[in-house]
Amino acid sequence: MKGSLRVNSRTSGADHSMIKPGRKRWSRVRRDYELYLFLLPIIILYLVFKYYPMYGVQIAFKDFSPSQGIWGSEWVGFQHFVDFFDSYNFWTIITNTLSLSFLSLLFGFPAPIIIAIMLNQMLGKSYKKFVQTVIYAPHFISTVVLVGMLNVFLSPNSGIVNHLITSFGGQPILFMADEGWFRPLYILSGIWQETGFATIIYLAALAGVNPELHEAAIMDGASKWKRVWFVDIPSILPTIVILLILALGNIMSIGFEKAFLMQSDLNYATSNIIPTYVYEMGIQKAQYSFSTAVGLFNSFINIILIFTVNRIAKKMTETSLW
Amino acid sequence: MNQLLKRKSRGDMWFDIINYILLTLIMLLVLYPLYFVLVASFSDPNNIYSGEVWLFPKGFTFDGYERIFSDSSIWIGYANSILYATLGTLIGVAVTVFAAYPLARKDLAGKSIIMWFLLVTMFFSGGLIPTYLLIKDLHMLNTMWALVIPGAGGVFNVIIVRTFFQSSIPDEMWEAASIDGCSNTRFFWSFVLPLSKSILAVMVLYHVVGFWNGFFDALIYLNDESKYPLQLVLRNILVQNQVNSGMMIDVESYAAKMRVTELIKYGVIMVSSLPLLILYPFLQKYFVKGVMIGSIKG
Repeated sequence: MKGSLRVNSRTSGADHSMIKPGRKRWSRVRRDYELYLFLLPIIILYLVFKYYPMYGVQIAFKDFSPSQGIWGSEWVGFQHFVDFFDSYNFWTIITNTLSLSFLSLLFGFPAPIIIAIMLNQMLGKSYKKFVQTVIYAPHFISTVVLVGMLNVFLSPNSGIVNHLITSFGGQPILFMADEGWFRPLYILSGIWQETGFATIIYLAALAGVNPELHEAAIMDGASKWKRVWFVDIPSILPTIVILLILALGNIMSIGFEKAFLMQSDLNYATSNIIPTYVYEMGIQKAQYSFSTAVGLFNSFINIILIFTVNRIAKKMTETSLW
Repeated sequence: MNQLLKRKSRGDMWFDIINYILLTLIMLLVLYPLYFVLVASFSDPNNIYSGEVWLFPKGFTFDGYERIFSDSSIWIGYANSILYATLGTLIGVAVTVFAAYPLARKDLAGKSIIMWFLLVTMFFSGGLIPTYLLIKDLHMLNTMWALVIPGAGGVFNVIIVRTFFQSSIPDEMWEAASIDGCSNTRFFWSFVLPLSKSILAVMVLYHVVGFWNGFFDALIYLNDESKYPLQLVLRNILVQNQVNSGMMIDVESYAAKMRVTELIKYGVIMVSSLPLLILYPFLQKYFVKGVMIGSIKG
């Protein structure tokens, strides 16, 4: 199973507690009491900061008022959801969110696979290592700095990109203030920042490809290109499928941070996505219930997506998350 | 095998040549923006403005850095970020490692229940507002605790560390130690931790980088500027164009102001990214290790 991802936790060894319940189990719990103490902090943290907010989700179905608290506020059923669906910008937000994520996936997902295959074919070890060091680097730059770099590079009077355009006789473009440029910039900067680092997993998978397959292919006179196509790619397909499932499952949860930082009144028409809308309505305008409803709708679609994709992947490739 | 690999056809030769050229171009595409920021931060703003800076600094100057370092908000941001990163890393790594060890043990009763208790949160969550309201009710708003406690012990990190323990601490070791009367706690401190330095390093790095680069929690939970971490200070300068008047003390005309602002932006990018970029080549292998341990079943 080298080279494939393991997310499932249930299969780690035989758990004898299932076979012999009762007294023996309790004596083991007593024996291992220290281990449960080790687990105590995380259990408390999760109960307070993860599970209690799930209880708080009910405010999506209530008219939450801080004075009455979560439990005391009045039920309004699906009113906030209906309000959201009926709001004039509902379709814009959905379209923006979906296009931004699907386009990011379409262009961003294959990039690390291609580059990992290319790196894997490199013969010079030290040059390969140097290239890897460089292309991993942007991963460590913060989102604020990344958007800051976009701002200075794309500035209409002083940015290097517009200098290049004008030196070829073109007109300066107001990149950051243009709704048409928001998506390309978001996606391209994402590829620049994350592609290199994302190659690590594929490189590991490629290192696990059985060398005998390559030897056999060489004996049959296969060119390098053919070996990439018929040996490397099929061998790393399970890894690709798992990562694709994970990516598709997260399609509705594209990063708030970058979109928020890149957002301005001038590109709002394309940059207004569900996460930024939740922030705007909830934190800035304090419409707690409405904002929670929007967020809940978002995670609902997300869960449906990941379960669907997982099922399809299981049927088609016998690879799945669970 | 070696003989076979050495005998190259013409097609394979072209494959290699094109591969090298493309990868070199990709590398330059990644590198140049970073390099340009460095060069621009040392250049006379007039030369950046007129587009004369490409490969080397023009009109070499430390002006930008002098202005940045004379401003207190950058220093406060630095100090806050260091504080939050240290505290958050300590709490986060401790919670993660303590949780991961029992879950790595085959013989822990109720292990799968606890694992699901953690995993469920990957798919279901309360979302932004219920979490915000909770932080508010706990009176953690505008305190650093809101940044360092709620996110501690992320599921992914727990899984990474657990996988490491499973593959590097053999069960026989615990069996032998427990027969000799060793307690779980003692075994953890004297055997598990000393054997796990590399995964501890990975976790420390993940946390430090996360805290150093993060700004979302601070944006939501902090409103007192003296508590802002570096990234929020940067956001004001880089994204919202709010350069402090202290940095502009001797600048008269509007045009000159604009130019100095640009220079400060380049400098600020360097100043904030420098700690990580200097350490990065040394630390890179640990990150790679972290990704590998986390994703591949050995």
